[in-house]
Amino acid sequence: MSPWWVAAAAALLVPIVNPNAYHLDVLTGAGLYALLALGLNVVVGFTGLLHLGYAAFFAIGAYAYALLNLHAGCPFWAGVIPAAAVAGAAGVVLGIPAMRVRGDYLAIVTLGFGEIVRIAFTNLERWTGGPNGLLGIAHPTLWIPARGLYDFGVASQPYYYLVVVMVMLTAMACLRMSRSRVGRAWAAIREDELAAACSGIDTFQLKLLAQGCGAAIAGLAGAIFAAKQGTITPDSFDFILSVMVLAMVVLGGLGSVPGAIVGALALGTLPELLRGLAQYRMLLFGAVMILMMRLRPQGLLGTGQIRREPLTDRPPHDARPA
Amino acid sequence: MTPLQLFLQQLANGLTIGAIYALIALGYTMVYGVIQLINFAHGEVFMVGAYLALSVLLLLGISQPLTGPVLIGLLLLCAAAAMAGCGLLGWGMERLAYRPLRQAQRLTALITAIGMSFFLQNAVMLLYGATDRRFPALIPALRWDVAGVTITWLQLAIWAGSAVLMVGVQALVMRTTLGRAMRATAQDPQACRLLGIPVDRVIAVTFVIGSALAAVGGMLFGLYYNTVNFHDGYLTGLKAFTAAVLGGIGNIPGAMLGGLVLGVLEGLGAGYLSAQWKNVFAFVVLVGLLLFKPTGLLGERVADRA
Repeated sequence: MSPWWVAAAAALLVPIVNPNAYHLDVLTGAGLYALLALGLNVVVGFTGLLHLGYAAFFAIGAYAYALLNLHAGCPFWAGVIPAAAVAGAAGVVLGIPAMRVRGDYLAIVTLGFGEIVRIAFTNLERWTGGPNGLLGIAHPTLWIPARGLYDFGVASQPYYYLVVVMVMLTAMACLRMSRSRVGRAWAAIREDELAAACSGIDTFQLKLLAQGCGAAIAGLAGAIFAAKQGTITPDSFDFILSVMVLAMVVLGGLGSVPGAIVGALALGTLPELLRGLAQYRMLLFGAVMILMMRLRPQGLLGTGQIRREPLTDRPPHDARPA
Repeated sequence: MTPLQLFLQQLANGLTIGAIYALIALGYTMVYGVIQLINFAHGEVFMVGAYLALSVLLLLGISQPLTGPVLIGLLLLCAAAAMAGCGLLGWGMERLAYRPLRQAQRLTALITAIGMSFFLQNAVMLLYGATDRRFPALIPALRWDVAGVTITWLQLAIWAGSAVLMVGVQALVMRTTLGRAMRATAQDPQACRLLGIPVDRVIAVTFVIGSALAAVGGMLFGLYYNTVNFHDGYLTGLKAFTAAVLGGIGNIPGAMLGGLVLGVLEGLGAGYLSAQWKNVFAFVVLVGLLLFKPTGLLGERVADRA
């Protein structure tokens, strides 16, 4: 039996062993982080595009589902697909202009996009409710034979299962993608974009595809988040979130699918585990990030396949350090 | 107020905040110049500078405007304390967090910088509390009316202070041995090592100078807005970074120009378009610029580096 099945079985057994609602909520939150980390891993890990505005797509998915639900009465299961699609489309549209820059500059452009999206959601009060956000978003419902319609409501367990199933499906999709022709092309772009282009890979299209896929996964997570919370505000989608998700991907090991999940579980539960330390926890969180980069920069489950790009590298026209 | 007066007023306000952006932008651009690192924690250093200046005032128990030599002496004392503290902070950051990563991946250093930023924000929050702290208005609220445009003493002080520092930095970088070593390190650290230039020390000094400039920026920011908060560093830092990119990252006069231009754009945007969207202008400028003229106004560096 592969470790994947063991992990999945263990995840599904958790609520039976420990039905504590608080613990399940924390794990559900970590599961949402895992979805985001899986999506960002496609962009940063598979394709090597440093993205610092990833929270924007999470926001777009959440607002897309919320608006569809509030204005068109769209139920969760019908709304989650368009929410992911809208976020994915936004990923492609914002990706096109960003194709012109690389590396650090790409990071800053995407950071800018992320902030613009958040501030736009804050200021477009007519549609988004401004800083107060949107209220009264419908929870998911499920029709169970012989028991009728079951509303997820504010219970913890159904969301836990929903998130676990989504993480499993997404992880499977990511693994298969990474081993496919497209995944190999992404890896080629990550290792050496010029060589990839010379080998006949359409780098423009594939980089856009990666951003679209990554953004769609964030949109999916956003729709689940909106449905679970029932209310969303622009504050939930700030730069810190983008950074946290990136830190999860890096912590787990860039390009590693199980790594993204492990990183999300570790960082998603760490603030809760450190809750005993109350106000010191975010201080420690920063310190842990610094120490981690110093002691194990390839991440917990990193494969070390990522090209080394020393900080002191010069542009090609200069002499490169030995 | 005539339209011209309104324009000039917004221009004066924009130049004031722009001068502060320029001081912070210098640190980003100098560090990027020597080691190609976007020092994300630099905005936090600026915020720490504001708090250090505030601490001096709190220690001395001063909360009223002063005049004459006392005022000047106190301003210099605050600036010196903030510069010393932040210089030490910059040195420590470089030594403990960034130097061990000199040969690491780019992303590793960027994440370290972000972790550092979290750490400093929370450290200040724990020390000074999470709420806005009042920053005493030291400089008397005297103003001049120049053809209907109001200019305060405070604005004059900010212009004078930042002008002195900018001229100083430019002279340091262009005229001194240290400056020459910095410029050489920016071009080729390996060759510098071969020539016996202590590259590590040059990089450390660059961090110290950049941090000291940000510290003064923080003090002036506190004096201008009369309030400081532990998360002020994030947004102001980003705007200063925008200013650095606007001028052409790695280019010292560019950072000064970029800061002033960004401040003016923001002032005019807030005055004529919408104050609500004020914070978007910086990002729109940043994104548009990187997409269409990534070298910035005065830069020659290419953005195409992975």
